[in-house]
Amino acid sequence: MEIQELKRRSIRYRKTVLRIIKHANAGHTAGSLSCVDILNVLYNRVMNINPDNFKDPNRDHYIQSKGHSVEALYVVLADKGFYPESELDTLNCFQSHFVGHPTRKVNGIEHNTGALGHGLSVSVGLALAAKKDGQPHRIFTLLGDGELAEGSSWEALMAALHYRLDNLVIIIDRNTLQITGRTEEVMGLEPLVEKFTAFGCAVQTCDGNSIEELVHVFDQLPFEKDKPNLVYARTVKGKGISFMEDVAQWHHKVPNTTEFEAALHELEAAEATL
Amino acid sequence: MSGLSAGRSNLDEFSETLLNLAKADRDIVVLTSDSRGSGRLTSFGTALPNQIIEMGIAEQNLVGVAAGLAAAGKKVFAVSPACFLTARALEQIKNDVAYSDHPVKLIGISAGVSYGALGTTHHSLHDYAALRAIHNMTVIAPADNHETHAAISAALTYPTPVYIRMGKKPMTTLHSPGTIFEIGKAITVREGSDVTFVATGETVYPAFLAAQQLETEGLSCRVISMHTVKPLDSDTLLNSAQKTRALVTIEEHSIFGGMGEACASVLMKHRINLPFQIVGIPDEYTITGSQSEIFDYYGISALGLAATARSLLEREGAR
Repeated sequence: MEIQELKRRSIRYRKTVLRIIKHANAGHTAGSLSCVDILNVLYNRVMNINPDNFKDPNRDHYIQSKGHSVEALYVVLADKGFYPESELDTLNCFQSHFVGHPTRKVNGIEHNTGALGHGLSVSVGLALAAKKDGQPHRIFTLLGDGELAEGSSWEALMAALHYRLDNLVIIIDRNTLQITGRTEEVMGLEPLVEKFTAFGCAVQTCDGNSIEELVHVFDQLPFEKDKPNLVYARTVKGKGISFMEDVAQWHHKVPNTTEFEAALHELEAAEATL
Repeated sequence: MSGLSAGRSNLDEFSETLLNLAKADRDIVVLTSDSRGSGRLTSFGTALPNQIIEMGIAEQNLVGVAAGLAAAGKKVFAVSPACFLTARALEQIKNDVAYSDHPVKLIGISAGVSYGALGTTHHSLHDYAALRAIHNMTVIAPADNHETHAAISAALTYPTPVYIRMGKKPMTTLHSPGTIFEIGKAITVREGSDVTFVATGETVYPAFLAAQQLETEGLSCRVISMHTVKPLDSDTLLNSAQKTRALVTIEEHSIFGGMGEACASVLMKHRINLPFQIVGIPDEYTITGSQSEIFDYYGISALGLAATARSLLEREGAR
């Protein structure tokens, strides 16, 4: 998919994310807005995953370790044709399979996440299996920055280098906020790029809310032979809605009607400039 | 039915069984957490180096990676000391294996108090309780080499996650070679009409010895190997409880939340009231000693179990 169309999708996805969160009266608003451009580029340009090949083990794989940003994933999967978008009106409702964190009951989702620090280990397992079987497909996994305080993430990173998993693509959604506040105030992570480099990753940094930069970085895959690929995506939590951007309270705040309409107005204005 | 003979450790039986299965099925992959030696898997590593993956001392990652490999179609045996596997990696077991429905085979080695005097850090007396409460988990503790061989073979094709725990002490083989093993179906080791011993894992043998001792005193004791702690074989339990006058459960586990309480729950639900006692490790700092010294101290022995059975019958007689 070309850049202009990807940009249009990002705006459309943001609208739908806000709509379903408002409808469900629950959701992880700002985190979904932070990573939605990454998911857009991955599913519409980079990864070989669609409803027709989903049962084929040799397609690309995607594991969302930061499971709480599930609304962005649900919206992108609906757009890919895994299910009708109207089903998302049942999000978080009694007996719905659209739970507040990813589950395999939803077509298109590969692994149940939600507890943090799990996705990278599972992705390492998938990448090891692909290597053992000589399969060329790749495993993509999206990690939040807050979850990097989980030690299991670093256990998995050690294994990724040890087994030279250059078929693994780790994306860090570096929005610098977690539920309580700044990551650096809750539990300091920096110097993060240096840490990933020291753990043996081939690191590329970019603006994770810029379609052009994301496309440019992912077009360079694989980055380096024998090294896990790591895309360090600097993002803004709540991106695209001025009053939500970089505000910790929007972690799982639901917009009221006034806020929702103001947000839609901003997105429509952005759409008009494309 | 019983056919007593000297055996080897269940761990040795496990490793040879797995090696033979893996030679015939290249999709079998074994993961270890610096536990290749303690899991008796050194010869496996030599014979099938492409089917064993070392994960280092990192149990959380071990289980997460196991789930990922299983998601890709591998038949994964994740082998780690039971104490670390089921406590350190409990969230990975709950979410990545059970909830995500990947049929990983979790092998808890040197389970219960097998590590003896190494102390509480190395004991797993919580694993039945923790894993019983997780949906989609099957929990197995084989009593002897026959059950171990059968449990590993059955787990290979079982469609859902399985946890199998075993010790490292040489075991007496209780079952004759033809004895049928089925996950979720208890084995009656011997029939009896006075007392039922429902035991699991390495406590079945002392229960069997207690039954032999009591026989010389004119008491007829039934011994059930409840190798599958979850799902519990309620039918065999109820049938035995109805045909005997007292029931003793025995497990190498805390008396809280284990096989004994699972049995109590079934009996109460069916309104079966008979003299009943759970024998296991009480809620205290476990005494220092070898596995057999710890067993003796807490009455998980022929002597202790015979005394427990006698006192239950006395209580019954006094009613």
